[in-house]
Amino acid sequence: MIPTHIISIVVFLPLAGAILLLALPRGAENAIRRWALFVSILEFLAAAHIAIMPGHHFSIAGWAMEENYAWITTPAIRYHVVLDGISLWLVILTAFLTPLCVLISWRSVHDRVKEFFFLLLLLETSLIGVFVAFDLFLFYFFWEATLIPMALLIGMYGHGRRIYAAIKFFLYTGIASVFMLAGILWLYAHTGSFDFTRIQPWLHAHPEVAAGTAGTWLFLGFFIAFAVKVPIFPLHTWLPDAHVEAPTAGSVLLAGVLLKMGTYGLLRFCVGLFPEAARAQASWINVLAIIGIIYGALVAMVQPSLKKLVAYSSVSHLGFVVLGIFTFTAAGTAGAVYQMLNHGVSTGALFILVGMLYERRHTYEIGEFGGLASRMPVYAAFFVFIALSSIGLPLLNGFVGEFLILSGAFRDRAIYGILGASGVIWSACYMLWMIQRVFYGENRNPANAMLPDANAREKLTLWPLSAAALVMGVAPMIWLSSINPGIQPILNLVHPAQTALVRTIGGGAR
Amino acid sequence: MIAAQDYIRILPELVFTAFGVLIMLLEPTMGEYASRKALGIVAFLGCAAALAATFYQSGYQGEGFFHMVRVDAFSTFFHAVIATVAGLVVLASLEYLDVQQIHAGEYYALILFGSAGMGLMSSAIDLVLIFIALEISSISTYVLAGMRRRAAISAEAAIKYFLLGSFATAFFLYGVAFIYGATGSTNTTTIAASLGSNYGPLVYVAVALMFVGIGFKVAAAPFHIWTPDVYEGSPAPVVALMSTGPKAAAFAVLLRVLFGTNLPGWFWPTWIAAAISMTLGNLGALVQTNIKRLLAYSSIAHAGYVLVAFCAANVGIGAAIFYTAAYAAMNVGAFAIVSHFASVGERYVTLDDYAGLGRKQPLLAACLTLLLLSLIGIPVTGGFFAKFYVFSAALNANLLGLTLIGVINSAIAAYYYLRVIVVMYMSDDKLSEAPATPIPAGLAAVLLVSVGLTIYLGVTPNAVLNFANQGAHALLNVAGTTQAALQTSPR
Repeated sequence: MIPTHIISIVVFLPLAGAILLLALPRGAENAIRRWALFVSILEFLAAAHIAIMPGHHFSIAGWAMEENYAWITTPAIRYHVVLDGISLWLVILTAFLTPLCVLISWRSVHDRVKEFFFLLLLLETSLIGVFVAFDLFLFYFFWEATLIPMALLIGMYGHGRRIYAAIKFFLYTGIASVFMLAGILWLYAHTGSFDFTRIQPWLHAHPEVAAGTAGTWLFLGFFIAFAVKVPIFPLHTWLPDAHVEAPTAGSVLLAGVLLKMGTYGLLRFCVGLFPEAARAQASWINVLAIIGIIYGALVAMVQPSLKKLVAYSSVSHLGFVVLGIFTFTAAGTAGAVYQMLNHGVSTGALFILVGMLYERRHTYEIGEFGGLASRMPVYAAFFVFIALSSIGLPLLNGFVGEFLILSGAFRDRAIYGILGASGVIWSACYMLWMIQRVFYGENRNPANAMLPDANAREKLTLWPLSAAALVMGVAPMIWLSSINPGIQPILNLVHPAQTALVRTIGGGAR
Repeated sequence: MIAAQDYIRILPELVFTAFGVLIMLLEPTMGEYASRKALGIVAFLGCAAALAATFYQSGYQGEGFFHMVRVDAFSTFFHAVIATVAGLVVLASLEYLDVQQIHAGEYYALILFGSAGMGLMSSAIDLVLIFIALEISSISTYVLAGMRRRAAISAEAAIKYFLLGSFATAFFLYGVAFIYGATGSTNTTTIAASLGSNYGPLVYVAVALMFVGIGFKVAAAPFHIWTPDVYEGSPAPVVALMSTGPKAAAFAVLLRVLFGTNLPGWFWPTWIAAAISMTLGNLGALVQTNIKRLLAYSSIAHAGYVLVAFCAANVGIGAAIFYTAAYAAMNVGAFAIVSHFASVGERYVTLDDYAGLGRKQPLLAACLTLLLLSLIGIPVTGGFFAKFYVFSAALNANLLGLTLIGVINSAIAAYYYLRVIVVMYMSDDKLSEAPATPIPAGLAAVLLVSVGLTIYLGVTPNAVLNFANQGAHALLNVAGTTQAALQTSPR
């Protein structure tokens, strides 16, 4: 059975681990690393066992487990956390990536080790909190709380222009979320509650607000906060800086989880609270998403730096997710949620792989490498495998998500599907071209001649990711059987008539 | 006859004064170059006693001394804030005075005398007594500002503060005179009753004059010009005091004058002062390299946020009171760190001096980081709820424009607070030659209380907010105003 307070346990376990970590002496660096690994693995087991153990009904549309207590009386803020089909897997994704982040930072972080793992665990708590918070205030609370550890991770452990990148990240996403705060306050002033489950019916009962000017402005207020986080073109400029300067673990969590806060917010709050406004605004958002897909891919193609290439590929991949959400089709939305997970696994893995190369050569320049496949065959095999999953090769995870999104896009408007599908081709171009330059051909750089292949710790990091990419591509129903019912309430809101559609793709969703 | 209960209604002031006099008596018995730490401990006990007196006094609510003072939740709240702030400042000064070689026991006495004035400012309900209390508090702080006698900059601060401050109090007094002319009384309750809705031009002039006077004391723009210079020159612990204690007391006076009397015509002046205080304060802070000046501009901006709550009239009073308390908690801690770090002759006060503090003194840096995050208004800190209550009160009162200005301002403000954090954790350590001196016990206690309160207010603000709201109700009850009357008050 699942314990009653499992959501709170999952949210606060890393925080407790982080606080206990402070008690360890500064010099005992290995003990600190082991403790962080222990806590993060324990956290993963706690999160994952929710999906495995009996006693849950995620396959029933709209089912959710929740905890709901009064926290602050004036204003009426509740500690209301909910785990449903959408948030479940995002929480598990976060808990899955964090131990891997600990592993890859084992050697590469050797200065201020204690602070690093403290911040990493703090970040995990706030990220998980974002995905389960159902009180808008609590959501904003966790949302802002992610900024500080992330900015510090970038600024303290990053590369050359780390300070610039950290401040840019903090200000860019911080200022954008102020608009969401204004929207939250407005809703509170009119509904007297921060609780999602009370605001949603209120908006439903007041169509003159939800579908009127106020609804549009509220939608835009939330949208701008999420759009910067995703990031949606043209608000993406903080992302390459933050990614390139961040330490590997920071990049992994940034791409793997932090960006999903934006797409999760778009789905849960922008569409979930303001379905009419979302429908009214969908056309230009989809255009921006498609521009993002193509632009991100084209810019990725010309990057001389491996890390920047992966960073821009995120812009392109997240464009798919946004497109999926704003098609309002069952397939598109399910694909969007699935693609969030896929992107977390594939891009997280790509950043880890790029980071391993950086540890060896201290450069990200593609031109510095060549013919690595013969020097590092295991590493190269992992890299190619993950790159193919990122491109969306059938039987690997990326394919399922992109396929669902594109089929939803075609159903919405054929032109979205056609243009979106071109993104798949572009991604094959930049990925394969990069692989060709880095791993094949002649090695002209003597510095590459002695590079060691992936060691045991690195293989330990890469195996789970590769396995996940494969299983998610072969047996997507494991995930979709709870994602489909999870998105059902939102789909019902957007267009009550289309409820039957989800069955056609969700065979296991009964 | 003056009843015994009347004395209880000024008990904290009596305690402050008695301990102040005691210190003045002990001072001559000490050697010329002896450390004044013992006197500091006496002063701290005085503050603790005053805090206890405040809570004892809250059992004797009501008016005393012929309707001159009034004890209610409003006055108790501000007394508690002032006694706490004074106690923390005394603790922060224990080490500081020795390091700066200031051997003057009157330093502690002046803090206590000033606190007596500040306390009285929040409980006085007669404009003349308010004026006297304002002067007691101000004159003490003028002298404290010049305590670093050997530094020219400190003397400049004292003179500047004194001249401009006297000028401002004159404005206030002039306003009181006009009110007396218009209503025939200086008692706020009588004024509230006799004003009705019959506002002559005299009343508007009076409100404007009093607003200028108190606007100076709270460092609100456009009466803020003195702030950076005075904060830069004054001893750092004194800045901790004057940016929190007298400021809170001055806000109490402003609340009393505006909402305890039903005076008209305050809305637009307050609106404008709030908007430009926030904007000028934050823009000014962006370019500062001296941490004291940076925090001075930040203090101007924070005065602006409080004034936003003022504009929301009765729904905002509780938020304004809460804000002053939350701001006091975090700012005292921040300045306590600045005064410890400043070292001999306040040498290390630029941002570059803080480079690498995160590595050299992780605990000190972590505390300062938390306090700065609270000043930004990041969740889990008191500063967040303070801002939150202010802006939701403003939205409740439909002040969309002002809320937007405030929200944008708090986003801008994040930048300069972050710069300090960035310097501490991310800059090259070699930029700074400041030594890592161990944290003395006094500072440790200050940080424990300050950081503790900041987190407490950020996690469970209920108790303090309820207290603040009770204060707001008490204030409005004195004025005899109903909720409806204030909501339709003239704008």
